[in-house]
Amino acid sequence: MTFDYIVDPTEPERAGRASTKFKGVLKELGVSPKVIRALSIAMYEGEINMVIHANGGNIHCEVDADKIRVIMKDSGPGIPELDKAMKPGWSTASTQARELGFGAGMGLPNIKKWSDNLVVETEVGVGTTLTMEFNLT
Amino acid sequence: MKASEICSILDAKVFNEIDEDLEIDSGCGCDLMSDVLAFNHNNNVLLTGAVNPQMIRTCEVVDTHVVVLVRDKQPSEEIISLATDADILLLGTHYSMFEACGHLYEAGLRGEEIQNDF
Ligand SMILES: Nc1ncnc2c1ncn2[C@@H]1O[C@H](COP(=O)(O)OP(=O)(O)OP(=O)(O)O)[C@@H](O)[C@H]1O
Ligand SMILES: [Mg+2]
Repeated sequence: MTFDYIVDPTEPERAGRASTKFKGVLKELGVSPKVIRALSIAMYEGEINMVIHANGGNIHCEVDADKIRVIMKDSGPGIPELDKAMKPGWSTASTQARELGFGAGMGLPNIKKWSDNLVVETEVGVGTTLTMEFNLT
Repeated sequence: MKASEICSILDAKVFNEIDEDLEIDSGCGCDLMSDVLAFNHNNNVLLTGAVNPQMIRTCEVVDTHVVVLVRDKQPSEEIISLATDADILLLGTHYSMFEACGHLYEAGLRGEEIQNDF
């Protein structure tokens, strides 16, 4: 099964709708609460990043028998120093994002922590794609 | 500790009609949503001074079902209805963050152990 969402960058205050929607879908599918929680946190961090660091983007979710894959793709500025960005505490978040309570530089490390597998593909001036996987077994 | 006890200890205003029988196992006092997301939560109450839709969305994601707004902060109608839709009990207290956390701690509520396992 696949599910697709568009992340609208114009209303940062409302970011996170895709993640909470997909969370509802997973509940209905009877996925274990532990997996739902890990996935929701990781996907939400990714969604917030798409809004505060890029210009929104697309999320494609695939639910298989043994795993769930979430692919988050934006055509934002890309991440110039990915190794730094993956470490806790590194952030270039704007004042506006900080006013909403974000910008601690914990998002990417948190996605890594909660997912069973994470691949980050990023190119400056082209965009960023996160592929995260969550095991169901 | 029941949500209803938290209400009475903090002399709290109740902004929406969500189950006050909910059992709460731990507390978290935090304005930074990045931190709320990075820590582990289980049946906890969030005390916060952050009054924006993103705070409610964050609670929805981490499964926090009781939120206390400190220092008499007033939520907008939008925030109240977002909370209700997400099944989150929204409370408000006149106490400051420090005082509010202190009262709950005194009554036996504890924080969760923080694992910095990044
Ligand atoms: N999709 C993206 N496009 C461009 N840059 C990004 C993207 N995601 C992350 N970054 C860059 O990587 C940095 C670290 O991201 P991370 O999510 O870890 O922290 P943050 O978003 O700054 O703060 P937090 O997630 O704690 O609110 C960001 O500050 C930003 O510079
Ligand atoms: Mg982030």
